[in-house]
Amino acid sequence: MSQDVESKVKSIIVDKLGVDEEEVTHDANFTNDLGADSLDTVELIMEFEKEFDISIPDEDAENIATVGNAVEYLQDKV
Amino acid sequence: MSDRRVVITGIGALTPVGKTAPDFWNGLISGKSGAQPIEHFDTEDFPTKFAAQIEDYDELDYFDRKEARRLDKVCQYALIAAEEAMQDTGLDLEEIDKDRVSVIVGTGIGGMITFYEQSISFHEHGPRGVSPFFIPMLIPDMVAGQISIKYGFKGPNFCAVSACATGSHNIGLAYDSIKSGQCDMAVSGGSEAPVSRIGVAGFTSMRAMSNRNDDPQTASRPFDKNRDGFVLGEGSAILFLEEYEHAKARDARIYGEIVGYGFSADAHHITAPDPEGEGVILAINRALEAADIEPTDVDHINMHGTSTPLGDIAETNSIKKVFGDHAYQINHNSTKSMTGHALGAAGAMESLATVLSTYHDMIPPTINYDTPDPECDLNYTTNEAVSRNVTYALNNAFGFGGHNTTIVFKKFEE
Repeated sequence: MSQDVESKVKSIIVDKLGVDEEEVTHDANFTNDLGADSLDTVELIMEFEKEFDISIPDEDAENIATVGNAVEYLQDKV
Repeated sequence: MSDRRVVITGIGALTPVGKTAPDFWNGLISGKSGAQPIEHFDTEDFPTKFAAQIEDYDELDYFDRKEARRLDKVCQYALIAAEEAMQDTGLDLEEIDKDRVSVIVGTGIGGMITFYEQSISFHEHGPRGVSPFFIPMLIPDMVAGQISIKYGFKGPNFCAVSACATGSHNIGLAYDSIKSGQCDMAVSGGSEAPVSRIGVAGFTSMRAMSNRNDDPQTASRPFDKNRDGFVLGEGSAILFLEEYEHAKARDARIYGEIVGYGFSADAHHITAPDPEGEGVILAINRALEAADIEPTDVDHINMHGTSTPLGDIAETNSIKKVFGDHAYQINHNSTKSMTGHALGAAGAMESLATVLSTYHDMIPPTINYDTPDPECDLNYTTNEAVSRNVTYALNNAFGFGGHNTTIVFKKFEE
């Protein structure tokens, strides 16, 4: 399951941010490393919500800044 | 307003008859129809199953995946045409004062495909299903915004929206922005991407479009007695305008000059033309007055000519009232017979065709003209391009809402 979450998260990031899979490392920061602007970040959170059928409150979303943050948060919730 | 002159020094086009400005012109001169069956969605339930479309369009030929995803097609088309126009100017962007470049480029509708897709997502997923890019991809002004962001142009920046007169209004206002001294250069024109399920459904419900599904390439037949409505088109055309002394100082290639325009309203009906044509007559007369020319000076008119039963007659009558006997000495045409009707891009594509007619002394044909209509009895340059000296040429564009525009182009002379 955890592998599954990680690969789904990575494929969403690759698709939405138009980056190569190799760039989507555990520590990669959406804004600083993957070129996301504020709207991209919102869109990523929404895609995670859709993919995993959960609701991510804004106060949680603010703390999801890296690929690792997203994977860990979602593994916890799903 | 002032004695500053405004010339055209760069052109770009992405259209159903050609994907660059030279291909657009060659398509027009050879009488090519851009109409094709619609293949990117199922048209089974649609009374009209074709449109004039950009051939083999793949957004990834022009944009990377992330850019493409954040740009509605209406912005993609404009950016592609703008890039060609910028290259064509020969300007070095590092050498010019980018604060003195306006971008005035419009669309009649905006991101219609985005609106449609996001409405579906909203319906399926609720408010949280709506993309943060929905609004920026939808709003019509983003066409101008995206171009300024790409090139760093910080002059006046906006779009005017007037349905099928949009392209011409934006070119007219861009001309003003130079004429008035607010800037020295301007990116101007229009873009539209309406060939979608909802777009085609909307126009078919109005009974405005041709249903000639068995032979799409002959469906757009302005002034022909058997015309049965317009053919939906898409794409963009961009004119780069420049103050004459600025262009001269750098020895720029000059395609032609804009010497005036006339704008007016029908004040009659939301979609039907005024049968008396008073608004159109006002627009043409104001344009002639602004250009300080006589009706007999006009060699060519690229008409709005959408191939609708009423519109073509109304426009013909207006021209006859303004020009009298001289109306029959003018070579008229409707390039919509080939490009289809690209709505907010139409006035821009046709302005481009008109200025190129002054540049090449050549008038593209109105194709598909078989059966004369006694109520449309002008010389429409039917079926074959005509070579003739073109010093003054007008472009007419009219939009739902009763908006009328006429722009006067002049062959460039020092």
